[in-house]
Amino acid sequence: MAQVKLNAVRKTYPNGFEAVKPASFDIADGEFVVLVGPSGCGKSTMLRMIAGLEDISAGELSIGDSVVNHVDPADRDIAMVFQNYALYPHMTVRKNIGYGLKNRKIPSAEIDAKVAEAANMLNLNDYLDRKASQLSGGQRQRVAMGRAIVRDPALFLFDEPLSNLDAKLRNQMRIEIKALQRRLGVTAVYVTHDQVEAMTMADRIIVMNGGVIEQIGTPSEVYHSPASTFVASFMGAPPMNLFDGHANGSEVHVGSTPLHRHAHQGKVTVGIRPEDIVPDVTGPLAIHVNIIEELGAHRLLHGHTAEQPVTIHVAKDYPAAIGPMTASIKPDAVSLFDTATGRRL
Amino acid sequence: MKRAGFSDRWLPVLFLLPQLTIIVIFFYWPAAHAVRSSFFLQDPFGFGETFVGIKNYTMLLDSASYLRAAWFTVIFVTLVTFLSLAIALLLAVKADKVIRGAKTYRTLLMWVYAVAPPVAGVIGLVLFDQSWGPIKDFVAQFGWDFRLGVNYFDTAFTLVVMSVWKQLPVNFIFFLSGLQSIPRSVREAALIDNRSAAGRFWDVTFPLLAPTGFFLLIINITYALFDTFGIFDTTFKGEPGNNPMTLVYKVYLDGFRGNDLGGSSAQSVILMVLVLALTIFQFRMVERRIHYT
Repeated sequence: MAQVKLNAVRKTYPNGFEAVKPASFDIADGEFVVLVGPSGCGKSTMLRMIAGLEDISAGELSIGDSVVNHVDPADRDIAMVFQNYALYPHMTVRKNIGYGLKNRKIPSAEIDAKVAEAANMLNLNDYLDRKASQLSGGQRQRVAMGRAIVRDPALFLFDEPLSNLDAKLRNQMRIEIKALQRRLGVTAVYVTHDQVEAMTMADRIIVMNGGVIEQIGTPSEVYHSPASTFVASFMGAPPMNLFDGHANGSEVHVGSTPLHRHAHQGKVTVGIRPEDIVPDVTGPLAIHVNIIEELGAHRLLHGHTAEQPVTIHVAKDYPAAIGPMTASIKPDAVSLFDTATGRRL
Repeated sequence: MKRAGFSDRWLPVLFLLPQLTIIVIFFYWPAAHAVRSSFFLQDPFGFGETFVGIKNYTMLLDSASYLRAAWFTVIFVTLVTFLSLAIALLLAVKADKVIRGAKTYRTLLMWVYAVAPPVAGVIGLVLFDQSWGPIKDFVAQFGWDFRLGVNYFDTAFTLVVMSVWKQLPVNFIFFLSGLQSIPRSVREAALIDNRSAAGRFWDVTFPLLAPTGFFLLIINITYALFDTFGIFDTTFKGEPGNNPMTLVYKVYLDGFRGNDLGGSSAQSVILMVLVLALTIFQFRMVERRIHYT
């Protein structure tokens, strides 16, 4: 168990491409941190630098109390779960799980006990003597988890471990991984491109885009107070509504509708979550609904207001109809962004 | 796998016919002929033959030169196969780690592939020759009086070196592609599980290369037995004398230089049976221990 510190950690490739711009953050002992972003944003590179599979071009990485920039992956006291599980196909499940222990000169009786314990925890008892190549996707995923937990490491690293599973299994494993991490109390860094995974699993989310950290915060902070228009549109399904607006020093207008009070002056981007727009016959916002998306528990109305697209989240009993409607906005639910920089105001 | 069916039972036979014709004419018919003539004593001038039963075989097994060639074949094939596989594996593992200029480096290592065995023999002659070979001059400084074609050991040494050298690129290409087909994440997982590079190689890389290795083992034994003929022939310059030779070269020598067609046929038949047994043994014993992904 350990805390992790990154101080201006940076990755540049020999061809000059900067995959990760200098990044600094701390991960507390026992914390579950999720790195999320679109593909190519540098999140996997960041994880691989922490694992030691990728050199750190500049900056300092410490795990526990020691700087590990030049420490071999095997000596960093980490365990990693890979996207395609990376099991040793020629070994049995038992050997796969015990391999890391065997190489750390742990007596074989102890290895057997630990493997048995992990197999119990992950319901792998019936498969211990099968070859890894004979298992299903979900079973392989469990073996990969088992390989990580027997090591009892200071830090768990997960590289999109659920993306090869089908949707149902993914939801189940999501909860299991989170529960397991809670129970073991091991610090974890988890990489995913799935914002739902990020929201549901993380203690803190790190949103990355183009090699830059856009925001670090709790799921609630990232969702309700996105630091940029990128975070606003990446996190949440459906994403936050973003309107072109204008601020005159006291009020913010979208089209001719005054929406929010703010001292800023000039062009702004107004962000409002779909569930923060409430149908209201006396509301100031005139909307034309084009499509109703029925989701059972609730409905999404897609339409436009004065040339700008909008999505509204309404309760299942709301009598939605295609055509014009009016709505109001929940107070304090408006995020304002500088249109030029995309940063939150 | 999906099975496609033919509605007409003669159609598949028709499709197979060209291949079958070639196999029958160039393999089964000569093989049958060899078996037959191994029981006869041929007149050297082609004026007839006499049935001698198994006498050709019993004579072979009593012949000191045949047994000597048999022993040399065993040692030669073992050495060539082992050395060419081991060196190629080492080169492939090293080449796999090269990042800059990898293509050039790999191409350089594969070049020898284009050299035909007789040409390899000639290159061996040039390098090791008694009167003008640079390697002979080099080893002379260490007190090794190298005599190619005269000293039994020195000639065997040259033959092994040239045969190994000639076979390296093939093995190298296969091992390299085998290495590159091992998923990167599996190697990375090993990197986290095991700090020793040698340990990672023997525990993870080597077993995953085993299917490639098994295939190459068969290819290399066949090569060392049969395809080295050209190297032997050019090295001997037509004067085999008492030099070391494989059973395959001896078949040629006794049959075509010695005009003993019956004895030579008996040798081919023994060789055929040996190769058949070896192949069955390989597939039964070795393949069982290999994991195919």
